Amino acid sequence: MKNWFVRGVTAGIWTEALPGSGNVSNALSPGLPTTTEYATPELAREMATRCPTDAIHASGATAEVDDDRCVLCMRCKGRDGQKWRHDITWGHTAGASSQEPLPSAFASSLHVRIIDAGDCGSCLNELAQMNGPLYNLHRLGIFVTPTPRQADVLLVVGPGTRQMRDALVTSYNAMPEPKRVVAVGVCAASGGIFGPSLMSSGGIGEIIPVDLVVPGCPPPPHAIIDALRLVCGQIKRVAQ
Amino acid sequence: MVAELVNHLRTIWPETDWRLDGELISAEVEARYLRAMAKYFTAQQWRIGTIVARENGRDVHVRYFFYATKHSGWVELRVDVNAIDRVLPSLTNVTIAADWFEREIEDLFSIRFTEHPRLGDFVLHNEQWAENLGLMRPRVRLDADIPERPREWHPKRVLEEQGAFVMPVGPVYSGDAESALFLLETVGEDVVRAVPRLFYKYRAIEKIAEGRTVHDVLLLAERCNGTSAIGNGVAYCQAVERALGITVPVRAQSLRAFFAELERLRHHMTSIRQICASTALQVAESQALWMEERLLRISGDLAGHRYLFGVLAIGGLMFDCDRQMLEDAAYDAGNVLRKVEPLRKALENASSFLDRIERVGIVSEESARDFEIVGPFARASGVAADMRAVQPYGAYPSIEFDVPIEAQGDGYARLRVLFWEMAQSLRIMHAIVADLPQGSVASEVALHSGEALGWSEAPSGASIHWVECDAQGVVLRYRLTPPSFRNWHGFHVATEDFAFQDFPIVLATLDLSVAENDR
Repeated sequence: MKNWFVRGVTAGIWTEALPGSGNVSNALSPGLPTTTEYATPELAREMATRCPTDAIHASGATAEVDDDRCVLCMRCKGRDGQKWRHDITWGHTAGASSQEPLPSAFASSLHVRIIDAGDCGSCLNELAQMNGPLYNLHRLGIFVTPTPRQADVLLVVGPGTRQMRDALVTSYNAMPEPKRVVAVGVCAASGGIFGPSLMSSGGIGEIIPVDLVVPGCPPPPHAIIDALRLVCGQIKRVAQ
Repeated sequence: MVAELVNHLRTIWPETDWRLDGELISAEVEARYLRAMAKYFTAQQWRIGTIVARENGRDVHVRYFFYATKHSGWVELRVDVNAIDRVLPSLTNVTIAADWFEREIEDLFSIRFTEHPRLGDFVLHNEQWAENLGLMRPRVRLDADIPERPREWHPKRVLEEQGAFVMPVGPVYSGDAESALFLLETVGEDVVRAVPRLFYKYRAIEKIAEGRTVHDVLLLAERCNGTSAIGNGVAYCQAVERALGITVPVRAQSLRAFFAELERLRHHMTSIRQICASTALQVAESQALWMEERLLRISGDLAGHRYLFGVLAIGGLMFDCDRQMLEDAAYDAGNVLRKVEPLRKALENASSFLDRIERVGIVSEESARDFEIVGPFARASGVAADMRAVQPYGAYPSIEFDVPIEAQGDGYARLRVLFWEMAQSLRIMHAIVADLPQGSVASEVALHSGEALGWSEAPSGASIHWVECDAQGVVLRYRLTPPSFRNWHGFHVATEDFAFQDFPIVLATLDLSVAENDR
């Protein structure tokens, strides 16, 4: 065991600075398409038809993007395609069910329980990365806990399958107040490419009340960390 | 060789019309011959590729695909099912590998298999749904609101000793684990057997694919398991391309192989990280996480997406990559692998680590063959099942690589196979960059009706996809047989008589994806 201790200590600190609200590289995040003005309405409509999940809507020559539906298929990307944003401030409030951020006591100590409600594995992998040395979630006072009874925030990934619905509701009910729910990934936000269908919901907001949504397929670790800091009040952002 | 086989089959079953089309031998067979034929093929080491049920009006049929462990084509047996009785003979007594296929078809198509040892409560859970929903049948609409009918459900118990009990783990457990229920049967200290109960994450991918275009179903194929998008995506693309008669440009085939190997590198790094995490070796876990993140970033830099979504397209690729970018990616991946080497050595010298993964979760070669386990899991038990070598596709026939094999079949053997395969993947990446063909990366896609099988070696094993589409390119039936579906079937073999604290370790070394199995 001594060797491992020495290996750990001599490796030094690998943690990287948080990128804030600036742009990041492709390596850190695939980015998201964003509202784009085209020369003609036909071009905007062409983008809307390219989108397999109805995330792009054409109004006149403008092609608007609904982040919560974009599965990052990249079919609207390209020289003549949608403009792309490369920031990581993707988290936004979920609308009517959203509560205020948690009281200030949680800003320095937040416990998070992850629930997989039908995830493909990539969101879960990004959540695992969040705990890695480069992202180092612990430095922000945010910890992943194995039980919902100790959790302040429920991070839900996946579209909310019918067969996970009971487990999700049970976990949510087991949490103490005050509690918040963050829907991570486009599946949890809107069902993504899986829902709504006969075996999955159109986003976990149909099952439990959601406070914050982080779109993306999958959202990169920085975007999820940004949302967690938002929900515990470490950072504040004007509601979109 | 294929021609010889057809002639031989014609002499054994002269009434059956055996047809030969390229590498595929197909025949419509009567249900009464099915068992004898399956016996013939399994006796000669043929494996079940996939079993596809299809219902279209009064036409109900099931197709059985077999392939051999050497390059000798495919065999397709098509059996018509009486639309009223809906009964077929079960093949589970002939080969145990057919077990889960038949349970799935029974659950989703309401086709009964006579003499099957255990049917019911598989994909659709008994405590939630009525029996015989026939979810995949055309009469169930895509937007149907199926009423739940809660029933009582108790886990099946085998142990009858005094003090024996079943300890449930899941479906919500541990930090970032995927949702699945494990029923650990125990008499106290040791677990006698562990039975997985899966499909909590059942998203009905095969059902919702029906009615979507072949292009849109690619998104489902990629996202059935987000950590092996290229592996499953390539198998799907090849099925569609074969059905539509599309020739993929050689450059696109090489690039697909490059992306597939980059994905394999990252996937294996994730598996190694999970093994380190399961033994609570935090320094090793952190270092593995760092290496995995480096590989994710290389993928992001190269393809614009960390998990390589949106790279594949029917007929080729979505975009071309210039040589310099590929060289840089292969060079960076090589740098990461140079860091992996000291980690491997450190793990191999850590007795506390080896104590926990050696001689745990042993799967014998015989069991691996019986259950038709695939991928690194099988290779660690001495079964050289690798679709890249057994049924070469795309650019692989012209690429040289080794198929790593270990004989012990324990957790440590599986770890060694993962490390070994990473080195092979890097070797393939370098070989592709050194000899990259010129030309375009996308072919014209002319839609027409067709049906075909496609396969690939995904990071965790053979992925076999079947697609049938109509003249407009709308998918009528999509069947995916991902590697984890095969390997979960053998899970209980690895989990016999072990200590409670070894459970996460056995689970991590098996390299299984719940999402991929549940679909």
